[in-house]
Parts: sequence; C-alpha cells; structure tokens
Amino acid sequence: MIRVILPPHLRTLARVSGEVELEVEGPATLRSALDALEASYPMLRGTIRDHVTQQRRPYLRFFACSEDLSHEHADFPLPDAVVAGDEPLLLVGAIAGG
Amino acid sequence: MSKVRVLVGTRKGAFLLSSDGKREKWEVSGPHFAGWEIYHVKGSPADPNRLYASQTSGWFGQVIQRSDDGGKTWFQPGTPPGEPTKGPDGMPKGESNKFVYDTSAETGKPLTTHQFYDGTQHPWEFKRVWHLEPSHSDPDTVLAGVEDAALFRSTDGGVSWHELAGLRGHGSGPRWHPGAGGMCLHTIIQDPKNPNRIYIAISAAGAFRTDDGGKTWRPINRGLKSQYIPDPEAEVGHCVHHVAFHPSRPDVLFMQKHWDVMRSDNAGDSWHEVSGNLPTDFGFVIDVHAHEPETIYVVPIKSDGEHFVPDGKLRVFRSRTGGNEWEPLTKGLPQSNCYVNILRDAMAVDSLDSCGVYFGTTGGQVYASSDAGDSWTPIVRDLPAVLSVEVQTLP
Repeated sequence: MIRVILPPHLRTLARVSGEVELEVEGPATLRSALDALEASYPMLRGTIRDHVTQQRRPYLRFFACSEDLSHEHADFPLPDAVVAGDEPLLLVGAIAGG
Repeated sequence: MSKVRVLVGTRKGAFLLSSDGKREKWEVSGPHFAGWEIYHVKGSPADPNRLYASQTSGWFGQVIQRSDDGGKTWFQPGTPPGEPTKGPDGMPKGESNKFVYDTSAETGKPLTTHQFYDGTQHPWEFKRVWHLEPSHSDPDTVLAGVEDAALFRSTDGGVSWHELAGLRGHGSGPRWHPGAGGMCLHTIIQDPKNPNRIYIAISAAGAFRTDDGGKTWRPINRGLKSQYIPDPEAEVGHCVHHVAFHPSRPDVLFMQKHWDVMRSDNAGDSWHEVSGNLPTDFGFVIDVHAHEPETIYVVPIKSDGEHFVPDGKLRVFRSRTGGNEWEPLTKGLPQSNCYVNILRDAMAVDSLDSCGVYFGTTGGQVYASSDAGDSWTPIVRDLPAVLSVEVQTLP
C-alpha cells in the first residue's frame, strides 16, 4: 500500500480530504504509482502528466523521503519506505503565480 | 415572472448571480472551483439547467466541468460521481479533460506550426479552453475554442472532445501568431438559421467561417486594416478581439478589433469601420441589444499599451445606428480614478422586455443595466478579476 499526498486543488478534484492510499501492482515505480492513482481517480488524468506524452506537468514536482524525484525516469523504483507505506509520495505544486 | 442567471468566470473561481425579472435584488453563489481560473461558463440554449465551465490552471492544466441542475452541483463529465472509474475497455475514464489535436491521417491534419512572438515557427501546443459554445438544439453538443487556436467539439455532453481539424489545417497557420493573451480561439458564433455555418475568431489570425459544418474554413478578413502587422491588409494575422451578432440577422456581424470597431453586412465577406466618434477605438468587448439589431455596445480602452478605460472614466458606448454614431453611458458607473479593463468575453445581454446588459471588470465588479444601458448598478464589487460574463434568461 502506497500513500500519496496530493496538492489541495487535486484533492478537491478527486473529492478526497486527506492522503490517498493505493495498491500498486508489480514493481512500485513513479509510473506504476501514477497509473494506480489515475485508475482510482480518473478525473486526475491530464492534471499530473500530459495526456499524450505522459510527461510530468512542468509546475508539479514529486518528492519522497526528503528526496526530489521530479527528474527521475518514470521507471525509477520508489524508495523502500514509500513501498512499505511508512513514508508518503508527495505531489507538490511549484510556488509560482498569485 | 422570468428570471436571469449571470454566469461569471474569474481568475479565482466561478460565480452565479441570480435575480427575478426586475433585476434589483441578486443572490450570489460561489466561488465554484475556488482558486482556479474559470475562463468561461455558458448554458445550453436547449436546456438551461445544463451548464459547461472551463476550469484551468497553469499547474494542473485543463478541466471541463458540467452541471445538470443549473449550477447547484458540478462534475467532470467523464467521471460522474458514483459511476465506475473504468470504462468497458478497462481503461480509466477522465476523457473530459482530454484535448488532443487530431493528427490522424484519416480525419486530422499534421501537427502544423504557427508564428511565435519572435517570428520563428512554433508547433501547436494545447494550453486551455477559452470559450464554450453549446449547440442551439442539443444539450450534449458543445464547441470549445482553445489555445493554441483550434476548435473542438463534443457530442456526448463534454465526455470526449474531437478537433474540427479543417480550421487548423486551413494552410495559413504559419501566418497566425499569438497576441498578448496567447494564440486563442475566443469567439464562436453558430448561425441559428443555418447549422452548417459557424463563425470563429482568433487572436491573432482573424475571423474565419465555415459553410459545411466545420469541415473547411476560409478567412473572412477583407476590409480589416492592422498597421501593426507587416501587410496591414493581409488575409490573416489580424488581432480580432471579439465578434457579435443578432440572432435574427446572422449575416450582420460586429467586430471589436485590436484597434477599430468594424461591421460586415455580408457574413464577413467584407468589413467596414464604424468606430465613428468613439474616444478610442481600441477595446475588447462588443455586444448587440437583444431586441434592436442595430443597437450595439462597446467599452473603449485607452490603448494597446494601457489596458484601462481612458481618463479614469468607465463608460459604455452605445450606438443605435449600427455604428459610427456613439453615445457614452455613464449613469451609475465610476467617472473618476477608474482604471479597469473589460475583457473580450465579459459582456452579455439578457432577452427580457427591457434588455438587460451586463459586464465584468478586471477590478472584480459586475455591472448590470436593466434599461438597455441607460443606467447601471454593480451586482457585486469585489470579485477576483472577471474573465467572462454570460447571461441566461429563464422562464
């Protein structure tokens, strides 16, 4: 079970109030975690990754265990603490705009 | 008694303003989608309870929202609450957010390029939906004008969207370029008498018309003169800010161009200037009285470099002669120290007996006139910057 913390606007879109918990099939990577997230919350499709290229949207960042995973490959294995559910995967909106 | 519902899109959410036919007391609902940019909200003429909203964000991209109960509740059409999250093919739903240019060999066009700010060629990139235009007859059919400029259509209530690729594929794309707000398709007019005829306008490409339901398009910019482009009378490249018409005369069009207020009496085949005695002919909005096809409204803005009303005075100008002769309407509007702008989709009219006129400002005011512009009252004063205003006249 993987815990994901969404930025507030995406929590509103997904109609959730706190952390999201996901079951990920196979190796737990950024890609498989986001696939599982979008399968459970399809209204988030296109808001985190581009519909076509599947690239991370530029103003979103991925963090876990105090590490910036934003620029890692989609198949980057998530840290053991995230896979074990001890630490969350954080999706963070860049501080920009007004 | 009839009622009106004003649909307001702002930089930080949507607001619905409701009143009875007297239009004196207003109920304010919102913010809906708080914190998001709401470029446009519009109701279906065929079912007034069906509303569509364009919800967008630099962080999270484009979302389409729909209401089937007049704005009380909203949902993303691809993922209605309570329904399975996967489709029959096992894939997650969520298509209602998906705007992808059609590059298929069968129905689409190659991913063409347009001119960028620096003059180089730049590929089309989807950014947001500027304008939603529901069908006159079918609540589930709606057109979307997007940035980078293209036209999309949904025939399933906003669940899935398909590009009408003939417009982007017209061939003049390399001469289209973005204005300050981006290269946006912001105006969509469906001819109520001829479903095959649609007008659209793009900043900065100009106006286009289809007579075959969207398969093929041609520019309709003859008569426009734009001194800020290399060939002032070019076929395309004009920064058209907005176009309006009266439903009883769909061949007569009124245009607020970057500079110049223009008129066409032949469905856009040719245009002539009707700026007349306006204090400045730069502006964004233009609209037509609901019952007087020759009565039109604009709000002059000082200049392309100073996007606020001139002399600190908020004045709507009305022409009862289809242009050229304009009168300032000031009663109830601030006449000193006012420096707001009125954006291109931020004016609308209702169809009550005494025509109501509404507009929103970048200062967050929404003004209403229940006497065709003779006098004005703010419905609300302190919303976020207003991006769009639409009105529904309800039974």
